[in-house]
Amino acid sequence: MGALQSLPDEPEYRDLSEKTGFSFEQIGILHKRFKQLSHNEDTLRRDDLNTIPDLSCNPIRTQIIEAFFDKRNFHQNGEGTVQEISFEEFLVVMSHFRPPALDMTEEQREIIRREKLRFLFNMHDTDNDGTITLEEYRHVVEELLSRSGALGKETAKGIADAAMLEVASISMGHMEPDEFYEGITFEHFLKILKDIEIETRMNIRFLNMDTTNLCKKINSQQDHYLQVNGEQKIA
Amino acid sequence: RVLSGTGYGGIHPIFLERGLLLLVMLIFLEGTALTLGAASSPDISAQDNTGGHEHLDDHQGIAGSNDRTNYTYTKKAFPVLSLDYHHIQVPFEISLWVLLASLMKLGFHLIPRLSSIVPESCLLIVVGLLVGGLIKLAGEEVPPVLDSNLFFLCLLPPIILDAGYFLPIRPFMENIGTILMFAVVGTLWNAFFVGGLLYAVCQIEGTYLSQVELLPCLLFGSIISAVDPVAVLAVFEEIHINELLHILVFGESLLNDAVTVVLYHLFEEYSGAGEVTPMDVVLGVICFLIVSLGGIAVGAIYGILAAFTSRFTSHTRVIEPLFMFVYSYMAYLSAEMFHLSGIMALIACGAVMRPYVEANISHKSHTTVKYFLKMWSSVSETLIFIFLGVATVAGPHAWNWTFVSVTVILCLVSRVIGVVGLTFIINKFRIVKLTTKDQFIVAYGGLRGAIAFSLGYLLDKDLFPMRTMFLTAIITEIFFTVFVQGMTIKPLVDLLAVKKKQEAKRSINEEIHTQFLDHLLTGIEDICGHYGHHHWKDKLNRFNKKYIKKCLIAGERYKEPQLIAFYHKMEFKQAIELVESGGGVKLPSAVPSQVSMQNIQPKKLPPPVAERALPQFTKGREEEIRKILRSNLQKTRQRLRSYNRHTLVADPFEDGWNDFLLKKQRLIELEKKMSNYLTVPGAIPDSPTMCRARLASDPNAFYNIKASSDGVPTIQVDLASPQSPDSVNMLNEFSKEGATGQSLGQREGATGLGQREGADRDEDQGLMMKPAGKGEKGEGGNKNPGLMRCLSDPGPSNEDEEDEPFLP
Repeated sequence: MGALQSLPDEPEYRDLSEKTGFSFEQIGILHKRFKQLSHNEDTLRRDDLNTIPDLSCNPIRTQIIEAFFDKRNFHQNGEGTVQEISFEEFLVVMSHFRPPALDMTEEQREIIRREKLRFLFNMHDTDNDGTITLEEYRHVVEELLSRSGALGKETAKGIADAAMLEVASISMGHMEPDEFYEGITFEHFLKILKDIEIETRMNIRFLNMDTTNLCKKINSQQDHYLQVNGEQKIA
Repeated sequence: RVLSGTGYGGIHPIFLERGLLLLVMLIFLEGTALTLGAASSPDISAQDNTGGHEHLDDHQGIAGSNDRTNYTYTKKAFPVLSLDYHHIQVPFEISLWVLLASLMKLGFHLIPRLSSIVPESCLLIVVGLLVGGLIKLAGEEVPPVLDSNLFFLCLLPPIILDAGYFLPIRPFMENIGTILMFAVVGTLWNAFFVGGLLYAVCQIEGTYLSQVELLPCLLFGSIISAVDPVAVLAVFEEIHINELLHILVFGESLLNDAVTVVLYHLFEEYSGAGEVTPMDVVLGVICFLIVSLGGIAVGAIYGILAAFTSRFTSHTRVIEPLFMFVYSYMAYLSAEMFHLSGIMALIACGAVMRPYVEANISHKSHTTVKYFLKMWSSVSETLIFIFLGVATVAGPHAWNWTFVSVTVILCLVSRVIGVVGLTFIINKFRIVKLTTKDQFIVAYGGLRGAIAFSLGYLLDKDLFPMRTMFLTAIITEIFFTVFVQGMTIKPLVDLLAVKKKQEAKRSINEEIHTQFLDHLLTGIEDICGHYGHHHWKDKLNRFNKKYIKKCLIAGERYKEPQLIAFYHKMEFKQAIELVESGGGVKLPSAVPSQVSMQNIQPKKLPPPVAERALPQFTKGREEEIRKILRSNLQKTRQRLRSYNRHTLVADPFEDGWNDFLLKKQRLIELEKKMSNYLTVPGAIPDSPTMCRARLASDPNAFYNIKASSDGVPTIQVDLASPQSPDSVNMLNEFSKEGATGQSLGQREGATGLGQREGADRDEDQGLMMKPAGKGEKGEGGNKNPGLMRCLSDPGPSNEDEEDEPFLP
């Protein structure tokens, strides 16, 4: 199904491809998925993502979904959130997860690294003030542990505190007792995660070919789920 | 007698030189006795000659039996001292070898410059050569040390188990496709390329090798083509290469075992029978699947059994580690029994059982497991390399220039072609591509080792007339790879600036973000709507958490998410460091020393009213202290009271001890936090117990007391009072200390004068002028060692304290 309509003959695909670096095939597949998620609308809403069944047991689901509606991730120097996104914005957000090319220069690597880390940083920095405060960090850890029941909450606080202490000590060195560390700035964020090779890890494999069989199965499943959900909502 | 024999072996390591001297003297003495005895009973000496394989042994054996014969035939005085070397020969010689290996290992680390140039494996082989040479010089036949049975049943399993148990699962699974490609396709390619071309070379006129047939050549190729895990480990551990390359080469060396096993048996089978039909090829493929998957299945079953058993060992902590070793060894043996891949079974067993076993067994048992694995594997590795050297001297050699040099060259060429070709294919599928440098290191790191030699040794002499030549070629290839490649790989890695491994330990931030990334990528994949490997990993994780962990992990710990487990582990490590560093003078490095909680706590948080907060906190803390003191007292008592064969320390407190450490840690943090809230000078967060404890152990701390708040309830810990009968059992010093502390406390408690005096004295010292925060900090540093010393170490600080009266 759909193999024809997603062929890269549409001129807008060329634009998107230049902008995001995806190949035509990848854009085609993603476009199909977008249509499917948005019920053939031109824009995608939060609810559309909220109803993806696989996502429902992801502990950081809300953050992931928020990231798609965050203007900072659209490469347009915007701020704040939007209610719905077009396919282009969807692609731009997705492009943060593109695997790096084989031969990169050091500078390119550094740029990609910064971009990916910025995406992560924005996910943590919910109020967009340039720092991840202790409260925000606690929230992150709490969300991470939100699937582990009652014992998560207290420990999450402890973990976030310990992590924050670590950041403060790595980035500030010695601090007087009356000094106050406001939060993790992006520079500090880069520093503490320098050992994680984010450029090689934060990427997923985007399909180049339309694996029709698999998709059909998934689609029918998905449609079924969506239908059920829709019916429930109506009821 | 047996006991005395082994006892001698056990004492031996300590008095090596003296022991050897003694041995030599004894031999000398007995040797003189021999000349007399041999004349009288030559038949016995001849009979004995068959038994021993060392010159010395024969002498002693004869001498020993001489004693006996003399005793029976002619009535002599009862032998006060007799020597019976034969009785203990085997274990004694084993001990000697192990001792030699360990001493060599020790020796190399005493000469740091040497080991930085030459890898240890090379040095060990040289040592083996020397030892073999010495034995030969002594005119004896070199024992067949690298016997295949010994190697495969005793020396190899510890190394593989160690590798499997500590296998970095994450990078391994992330690169499993590449590793399998190298291990299976790469090894097959190498085997056929080397075997085929060797056969072609052998057919050339003038090499005098035309009698070599195709199948033996292929067999030889399959033996020589497998990368050896022992050699790879030995070299790669020294060059500290980055995780990706390490796991690629090492993973390949582990997984190619199945291919080697199948090829070996296949070619061995058919080199007798001759014809190979397409049917045999199909059977070979099936056999490969069975050997590898069967090995993994056997290992996984034993691994799960081990995990399940460890669920119930909480009352017999001492034998906990044993279960793991025995189950793993049985996995290996069971796999070998069916000619499945024993190596894969061991790897699977170690990797499967690890997460569950670690959650179940006690911390001490875990340490034991770690140490034992490391000890066994390092001794085995050392022995293997030494034996390689010895076997080189021992074996009959048939040196054929053409065959040997062609082997070495072909191995290199096929490896390079194989790696480059396979990477070309693999890179199409990999997200992180392998660069040219990576390919070079993977190709160059393909070292051959003792497994190849042992497989060659296993060959039947009658079926393979070229066995000796094969063995020589194998040894040459091993030496070439270990010496030339092993020695040059380190400079090459430096030269090429290949990324090295980061030594830093994992920080909590990295752990958080690793988890975060996992969930994020899974989420993005779900949004994209295709099921990549993050998706399946997530599914597997959830399944594991939901069902498997519940079955295999005792108690409530199965619910613990990875992040929390990591945090607890870190906390625990810090607590240990805290104790080891002699108390809370400074917070250990993981939670940084210079930044305290107050630096990151938001200031706008309204500080609780001091008067109200203080008693609350103090009460909670008092409870803690009380508990700490109590458990510690009991601990001392237990330690002194009983020696139990089956338990190391009294069991119920072993786990209590961990809690104690954690509480200790929290206590210190609490104090740090408290210093935030306490702005009123004079109200110190110090309970009287603490004061007393500090006073008792550390007179200097006395000056830090400023005043005491009256609202604080006091607790009396009567360390030496008749109510607690345990005090009788306690160490002398401890009770003394307790007594002083108590008497002081009584005085203080009764009159309250002591404290006031303390305050007075403080004023005299002019310490009251200090700002509250700073005073707190200084105290936080000072009081903990005091408390710690008082609690954990009754010994050292008492001496100077005795003659210094702290109350006038």
